[in-house]
Amino acid sequence: MSRRSWVRPLLAMGLVAVTAVVSACGTSGPGESNAGSLKIWALEDPVLNKIEQKSIDSFKASGGNASLETFGNDPYKQRLRVAMGSPQAPDLFFNWGGGNLKEYVDAGKVADLTSVLEENKAAKDAFIPSVLDGAKLDGKYYGVPMRGMQPVLLFFNKKVFKDAGVEPPTTWDQLLTLVDTFKAKNITPIALAGSQAWTELMWAEYVLDRFAGHEVFKNIRDNGPAGWKDPAVVQAMAKLKELIDRGGFGQSFASVAYDAGGASTLLAQDKAAMHLMGTWEYTNQLDQSPDFVKQGNLGWVAFPSIPGGKGDPSNLVGNVSNFYSATADSKSLDAAKKFVTTTLHEDSYVDALIEAGDVPPVVGAEEKLKKSPNPEYASFIYELVLDTKNFQLSWDQDLPADDATFMLTQLQEFFLGKVSPQQFVDAVAAR
Amino acid sequence: MSSQRPSAWYAVPAFGFFALFAALPMLLVIYLSFTAWDSLGTPQLNGGENWARLLDDAEARASVWRTLVLMVVSWLVQTPIALLIGVWAAGKQRSRAVLSSIFFLPLLLSTTAIALLWNALMEPNFGAFVGGPLFLGDPDIALYTVVLVISWQFIPFHTLLYQGAARAVPPSLYEAATIDGASRVGKFRHITLPQLRYTIVTSSVLMLVGSLTTFDTVLILTGGGPGTATRILPLHMYITGFKGFEMGYASAIAVVLVVLGTALSLAVMRWSGFRSMSSQQEGS
Repeated sequence: MSRRSWVRPLLAMGLVAVTAVVSACGTSGPGESNAGSLKIWALEDPVLNKIEQKSIDSFKASGGNASLETFGNDPYKQRLRVAMGSPQAPDLFFNWGGGNLKEYVDAGKVADLTSVLEENKAAKDAFIPSVLDGAKLDGKYYGVPMRGMQPVLLFFNKKVFKDAGVEPPTTWDQLLTLVDTFKAKNITPIALAGSQAWTELMWAEYVLDRFAGHEVFKNIRDNGPAGWKDPAVVQAMAKLKELIDRGGFGQSFASVAYDAGGASTLLAQDKAAMHLMGTWEYTNQLDQSPDFVKQGNLGWVAFPSIPGGKGDPSNLVGNVSNFYSATADSKSLDAAKKFVTTTLHEDSYVDALIEAGDVPPVVGAEEKLKKSPNPEYASFIYELVLDTKNFQLSWDQDLPADDATFMLTQLQEFFLGKVSPQQFVDAVAAR
Repeated sequence: MSSQRPSAWYAVPAFGFFALFAALPMLLVIYLSFTAWDSLGTPQLNGGENWARLLDDAEARASVWRTLVLMVVSWLVQTPIALLIGVWAAGKQRSRAVLSSIFFLPLLLSTTAIALLWNALMEPNFGAFVGGPLFLGDPDIALYTVVLVISWQFIPFHTLLYQGAARAVPPSLYEAATIDGASRVGKFRHITLPQLRYTIVTSSVLMLVGSLTTFDTVLILTGGGPGTATRILPLHMYITGFKGFEMGYASAIAVVLVVLGTALSLAVMRWSGFRSMSSQQEGS
């Protein structure tokens, strides 16, 4: 018995112990799957899972064999970690691309899909290049897009804006003025679900991008935490602090949760004027406050520009897309490659995504999007992504997990005013 | 037949279980605390790096402090209330049965349900206290809010302990005191309290160790926030290990938790004379 083969099970047990100390939760997913069958792991989603299952069914119909397992967000990330490299590893796994995927690539766990994409030009050319690049690391492709594109937009309540006689902001200065306008009317200018750090992160991402351009974060990602020391970061954070101190997010954001619907409801009930959120906010509002959307009161614009800022106003941040990546030592690697190059761009899959309200990451979808349940909205997002100079993946997905976790904590302290822009930079740069 | 005691083999299942699920994992965690492991590759021994970092980690120190505050304050809040309700519920008043069953209601709810319930109640815009203090949003208050919720959840359990123990106090003691003209308060101080001494110890150990390792309530109620205001040590371990995937460092924190918990229960036992436990009742 080699050393490696018993070390891992033992460590897995240690992990079980740590888990047992922290909680006694967790149910095991359906473990059994037949040999030779493609095991696919994805994130739980009541609507999209059905579509993904359909693509698997059509793959089966053409002679393949595959099964889908789904998990909630946090359990998924933990489970994937532990499973990768063990015999329980999936053959294809859902991920967010970027730095999140890079950790697995660096550990040698992910198959290089470059050659198979080159051989299947039709598949490669079907996707929007900037989105396909979301899973491109060191010039090699490690994933194929499989869900809709989700840039972050500034949503606003049209009724509240109309009542105040104002227009949605196109510049940072207008945004600051609007804060005063709405505060005077006792309306929270911007809803923020601050108990979850990733909502605050969206603000930091856009402000730094608009103010200093997307290269600043690229440098941090590629060359390590020292990149935070770029003077532009402190200046951008100071701008954000100005917005916070001005009362832009009100006083109670620190215990508002997105998952519980706190921030979205503020917007829908005319208690807040704006809300910066990923594109899923639309479906969310449609689900939680259907009248608000149907009366046409939900508006959306791209993030305002910062006068004198270096960032291109067309730049986007958010989830570029989600990807399927293949495990390097999968026994069904060929089947996995066949799956990602045949099913993910076929018309039935793309149509189903559009029908579900998603904006698929494929080229030439303009006509198809008119059949979307929300054609105006879907086309807006599609155009945004096609026109963007740079689509930055959310920082917490694009940094290694340990750095990202630390940065999110510091960011929450920053929003609470416990940490100054300079202290924020010093802390995250010292990692 | 003098020896009716079961042979030592009877203990094998218990010891086996303990060795496999407590001792062995604990040893592995100690080993892991000397490695760097992101749970992807193989752990690399890195000497005492995790431990040096732990000494240097202001966030870890702060979370130890928060854990102690949580522990002490929730003990101070829970013990008197549970004791008084328990002793009262042991009596023979008419409404006792009905009121007791209402007091015990929180016992029937799962931790998740309790945390979600309070979280919804304290939502700053749509909760029950709109316009009031920001129970979960104000970094200066949030930790005490956690104490409040934990107390609400666990006071019924400790009340039950005290109720049972208070019922076991021999009525003859009270009768004698009544003849001697003792007041109600006097009887409580000089009979009930001394008789409940070991129950107080048991309940205190459960409370202290329980709040040292409490995790689920805080995770769901605040997630350690706002900022890090309620990030207690177990939560710091969880976030380091399962969000940041720094298993080595998280293991070092876990070892600290184990040591603290063991030391704490030993200290309470010794200080209270729990080991020489003997009956405090008449004739002893």
